[in-house]
Amino acid sequence: MRFNEPSPLEVRVVSARFDLENSASIETYLANDGYVAIKKALEMTPEAIIDLLKASGLRGRGGAGFPTGMKWSFVPRTTGKPTYIVCNSDESEPGTCKDRLLMQNDPHQLIEGMIIAGWTIRSNKGYIFIRGEYRYLIDIVDRALEEAYARGYLGKNILGSGWDFDLYTHTGAGAYECGEESALLESLEGKRGIPRLKPPFPAVVGAFQSPTILNNTETFSSVPAIFRQGAEWYAALGSPKNGGTRLMCVSGHVAKPGVYEMPMGFPLLRLIDEVCGGVRNGKKLKAVIPGGSSSPVLKAEECDVALDFDSLAKAKTMAGSGGLVVLDEDTDIVAVALRTIKFYAHESCGWCIPCREGTTWLKKVLTRFHDGGGLESDIDLIGELAANMLGRTFCPLGDAAAMPIGAFVAKFRDEFEARLKQTRTANKTLELVHG
Amino acid sequence: MADPVKFTIDGRELEAPAGTLLINAAKQAGIAIPAFCYYDGLSLQAACRMCLVEVEKTPKLQVACTLPVAAGMVAHTDSAQVRQARKGTLEFLLTNHPLDCPVCDKGGECELQDMVFRYGAGESRFRDEKVHVDEKQWSPVVFYDAPRCILCYRCVRICDEGLGVNALGVGNRGVASEIIPNGGDHLECDECGACIDICPVGALTSGAYRYKTRPWEMEHVGTICTHCSNGCKTTLGVRNGEIVRANNRDRSGINGEFLCVKGRYAFDFNHHPERLTSPLLRTAAGMLKPVSWAVALATVAKKFSEVLSKHGKFGVIGSNHTTNEENYLLQKFARQILRTSNIDHHRTGDVVTLLDALHGRANSLATTADLSTMKAALVVDSDLAQEHPLLAYQLRTNWRLNNAHVYAVTPGPVREDSYATTQRAPLGGEMEALEKLRDQLKAEPELVVLFGSAIKGEAVRKLVAFGDSLGIPVKYVCLLDYSNSRGAWDMGLLPDLLPGYQSVADGGMAVGLNYDEILAAPALGVLWVVGANPLARHELAARDAFVVVQDLFLTETAQRANVVLPASSAYEKAGTVTNVCGDVQKLTRGAKTMGTKPDLEIIGLLAKEMRSDWGVPKADAVFREIRRVVRGYDFPLPVIETGGAAPSVPATGQLQFQARPELTRGAQNTLFTSGTLGQFSKTLHSVPEFPGALYRADTPNGRK
Repeated sequence: MRFNEPSPLEVRVVSARFDLENSASIETYLANDGYVAIKKALEMTPEAIIDLLKASGLRGRGGAGFPTGMKWSFVPRTTGKPTYIVCNSDESEPGTCKDRLLMQNDPHQLIEGMIIAGWTIRSNKGYIFIRGEYRYLIDIVDRALEEAYARGYLGKNILGSGWDFDLYTHTGAGAYECGEESALLESLEGKRGIPRLKPPFPAVVGAFQSPTILNNTETFSSVPAIFRQGAEWYAALGSPKNGGTRLMCVSGHVAKPGVYEMPMGFPLLRLIDEVCGGVRNGKKLKAVIPGGSSSPVLKAEECDVALDFDSLAKAKTMAGSGGLVVLDEDTDIVAVALRTIKFYAHESCGWCIPCREGTTWLKKVLTRFHDGGGLESDIDLIGELAANMLGRTFCPLGDAAAMPIGAFVAKFRDEFEARLKQTRTANKTLELVHG
Repeated sequence: MADPVKFTIDGRELEAPAGTLLINAAKQAGIAIPAFCYYDGLSLQAACRMCLVEVEKTPKLQVACTLPVAAGMVAHTDSAQVRQARKGTLEFLLTNHPLDCPVCDKGGECELQDMVFRYGAGESRFRDEKVHVDEKQWSPVVFYDAPRCILCYRCVRICDEGLGVNALGVGNRGVASEIIPNGGDHLECDECGACIDICPVGALTSGAYRYKTRPWEMEHVGTICTHCSNGCKTTLGVRNGEIVRANNRDRSGINGEFLCVKGRYAFDFNHHPERLTSPLLRTAAGMLKPVSWAVALATVAKKFSEVLSKHGKFGVIGSNHTTNEENYLLQKFARQILRTSNIDHHRTGDVVTLLDALHGRANSLATTADLSTMKAALVVDSDLAQEHPLLAYQLRTNWRLNNAHVYAVTPGPVREDSYATTQRAPLGGEMEALEKLRDQLKAEPELVVLFGSAIKGEAVRKLVAFGDSLGIPVKYVCLLDYSNSRGAWDMGLLPDLLPGYQSVADGGMAVGLNYDEILAAPALGVLWVVGANPLARHELAARDAFVVVQDLFLTETAQRANVVLPASSAYEKAGTVTNVCGDVQKLTRGAKTMGTKPDLEIIGLLAKEMRSDWGVPKADAVFREIRRVVRGYDFPLPVIETGGAAPSVPATGQLQFQARPELTRGAQNTLFTSGTLGQFSKTLHSVPEFPGALYRADTPNGRK
């Protein structure tokens, strides 16, 4: 089930079965093209599978948009070590809520995608690392795993291939940081969720020091359709170099918020106006956060952009995890900035200095600024602190915190100045104190 | 070593083996790249972000502590961008740092202070409230102040990777992150204090030192720890003649960054209120009464002369923690003035049998450095981490960094079990266990064998024969228990051997009474005990013997004495000591205790009283004589004059000695005991003893 009405403009690939009765059951899955792809994949060589994925233009749906076929090709298959398949279902990016639907409505699609990945590198074990807060989803996925075992899609000698593959769910412990792949692996191994030094990347040294394919829930879920309908078909759904479709999670001030499956490269403004029914209550658009809370904000006049990895990168922001937050003309950007940094200060793992101290300092300045204690120097300070974090932290979380804050200040400086004016009286006292 | 590559740092063309980390390549060229979390020999963290540098053709600043140099790489460590980044990182660090430098123990020797001085901003832009967390006490000697902590994780790594103790971890997250003992609210560890030494700031402080002084008010005296035979360099912080701290932050000794709980905290025996500060003389009423040095020395000299003239019997028991010079002079005094060979010391290992058994094998005694470099090591009958903490640390580090193989044959569980190939064997059953390891040992390119006091007499010869049968180069260490046990052997505190293991017969003398025989001799006229406590475990048969004792405390033996002469400790005198591997190192005088005299001076003064042709020698003069007379001690002087350790090479083979294995008795000291000195360390008694629990399978925390 979904929480919003589907739109006729959607192209339903990974969400094709979402509206079916009992969509999570293996019967529904099997009656609707389920476990067809794995049969095809079992006939193919690893090279052919990787070529197929490369041709499909599928790129990682977790946020970085790395070509999936290429990622799989990096996994060495002759190290003598076991290899692992790990699914990143630690969906935690504010604004993003697609993986939960994939696991809730179509867990077998995800499982099949992972089985294909397992077969590609002849792995015998995989883990679905599910965000701890998604407790109810673990039960659904576990049930699906049981069904898959019962039908011989998991376990020993899968479909007579002589190849064994086991899949397990693993619960996260409530850290956004564990959405970062190497921190996820640490957590999976039972350690504190902090990122690892890279290189080596998980493809070479991943789970339990072994080669690992690690992809997002949506990425694995996108794989079966490519085997059923072909790489050309999939690639043609999207824009150049951005194959297929992706789940757009639209929240904020739109008439019909929800998760919509759109072809890659769909225009942002059409998504807001034609799919989501426009800005709520007839208000004007002020800004859009296009790819989860860590993506730099787009002002209304910058929103004439296609929703794919390359177009958004060109617009100096990112497609990220597909979480769009639409902000109308009444939005208090200072409050948005504060809410954003509160999240990152809370979620910083604390491993490196710029992120640990930077997010906290920014939170303190923004809290004071928001609450009326702002100083004129604070506006520049906020921008400079964000700049001091950017590109200098151990893992991308620091960038994820610095980028949006930097963009809010740079693009909406007037709003920060207005807030300062509003609270000038209060400031007088502070300036007396602090000089 | 990998092929060298050429690269450029700050405009200088440099060369280093491929794979060298940029931070080290720069250091070798004299270019300092600042860092907190990077620490030689520990795993890479890239957490502090202080070492960011500009590398051409890469968009972002690069982390110098994890980036290997590559051919053609062009790096800039002092560009405007790099300077700005360092300033930014330090500014971040200072936001929650309490800036309580005026009262912080580390003030004046703090890496954060130094970094801010060099690379930081002049003023702070932080105007908000700092995060505060109350200080915690983890053990009697370790305190943690989380707000001061910069989370460089050095403490976590030295404890886990370095010591193998793993008592520390990281808890919470984000700005609330802090170091947390894995024991919950307290440390379950060796209490070695390495975490305190390695801390770049004042987050970890020592219970024995905190708030006692400012670092610049101390004299920093580099000397050798007196608690065990390993001979760790320790830097004493001395204020007004009192030792207030011992550490090894400069890593300059044979021990690198290592010190154990005794080396770091047990210096406090030196200022124990029960230290003897005046000579004592037994009165007619049988009481020990303080007298002047003049009276005490005259009394002793008179008695010695009296017994000598009556051809009475002398017995001299020397020390295994006094200096080489003192030991040398004592045996010379005994042999030349008292004309006796009745001299011995408490033997804690059968050194002489090993030397004899090694006849004809050159280069077969291991030096301290060998333990850090040899490809394989075999420990027989020693709980090394307890009895020889430095050697255990060396073997572990050699395993960790160089993939050295470590084997152990012990009667019970030992810490080495966690990484070594071990065999359990009851005492006496070692050879059977060794046979089981034979094939593995044979495959090693070389081996160093360390054996404990249970291996003595014939067992030593069997062990050497086993080593021979492996067909690979083998070196040996005869494990000994006290700070100069080896020196006592080398200097001839023996009834049958002169200094340098020369037979007494060569000197035209007969073999004298040994340790047990002296104590058992019914007609002993004088028992002279220097820095030893034989009556703690043995009876003195000669009830009427005149007993002279030189010691720091009123030991069981001193309580029986007719004259007690208060001696200075190793921290209060000059001289040399020889560690368990035969490395000779220099003591430097740090502390002072009024009323005491170094044993060398006491012996010299007694000699002067008795023989006008003997003066009171200085340690340096005696050492010159030792270098002339004692085989193996003629190493180049500059090595030890500059604070280094010079390996001495004693004679090997064909020695004329009396095989008396029963005289070898291990001291059974652990990490938390060191004989008399340890008994008088309050700090040592205050810390809980966890090390056993850390690896004994039968305890709740035991590692199987």
